[in-house]
Amino acid sequence: MERQILVVLPHPDDECFGLSGTLAKRISEGTQVTYACLTLGEMARNMGNPVFANRVTLPQIRKLELMESCKSIGITDVRMMGYHDKTIEFEDHEAMSKRLGELITELNPSLVITFHPLYSVHPDHDATGAAVIRTLAKMPKEQRPTLHCMAFTKDCEQMLGLPDVKVDVTAFLKHKIGSIQAHRSQWQLPVDSNMVESDAMKERFGTERFWTYSFE
Amino acid sequence: MQPIDQASVQLVIDQLKDQELYIHLEMTTGAYASHNDDSKLTASTFIRNGIIRYTLGSIEGSGPFRVGLKINEGWVYSQGLTHWDESDSERLILAGHDNEGKLVVSLQLSKEPF
Repeated sequence: MERQILVVLPHPDDECFGLSGTLAKRISEGTQVTYACLTLGEMARNMGNPVFANRVTLPQIRKLELMESCKSIGITDVRMMGYHDKTIEFEDHEAMSKRLGELITELNPSLVITFHPLYSVHPDHDATGAAVIRTLAKMPKEQRPTLHCMAFTKDCEQMLGLPDVKVDVTAFLKHKIGSIQAHRSQWQLPVDSNMVESDAMKERFGTERFWTYSFE
Repeated sequence: MQPIDQASVQLVIDQLKDQELYIHLEMTTGAYASHNDDSKLTASTFIRNGIIRYTLGSIEGSGPFRVGLKINEGWVYSQGLTHWDESDSERLILAGHDNEGKLVVSLQLSKEPF
């Protein structure tokens, strides 16, 4: 069993499709989970459909959506890190490593989950993964937590091989759908909660995939 | 304009930091976007000779490139940059051109107004 998981992702909703089921499952097993969300996704183009947000109101709305998503998953420790959407790759590397290092020292996680630094599509995703890896790489090997990466470029399997970690989350689809639907400014998933147990839903959302990062 | 040389642009970004600069920042779909394609929205925006000072700046990506400049209370950000004017040693002139050569985005910095 994992003792403590630290999740580091740049945007509210980055957790919902690829990770929320795994986190709900681990929490049900007794694992502590902390989610460090670097930005509020304040530069997103989606404003709800029909539109209910604007550039001014979006950060506060997304903050509430993040809290609702975490509630659905069962996460009680959320750290909003105060970075600005789209700017992670331009931040000072040392300053970021210091803040992430402080979190790791405080929490002493057995597992860290982030995006792969090369195959995660959005520059903030890649830069977040790179920042986590720079931070962990400085630690002595024997103290370093395991690192699982999410990746989803079209060529990620070609480049990385098949994911070595696959998590069956079919028993936690209610948590996962709740997480996705919490982010209603960004996603409008037409799913009746009664359909969660359907084969189509299990097929689409039932497995989450990770690549264990090697520091060698 | 020449294809961006990332290292050379980074040098200019470093040379221009920590001082008052005039900025021209622009993005446009072209004035005929919706005339040519009903499904598109014609939109454009620019700020010309705004004044900024940045403490941290870099050019990232593998082409097209992104530039981020950290200013006192926020950020200047530009994505889709493909070309620069290497003959202009005093100013930073960056632009993003589409595959027809049309300008889509531009970011320019100078100690003197444009």
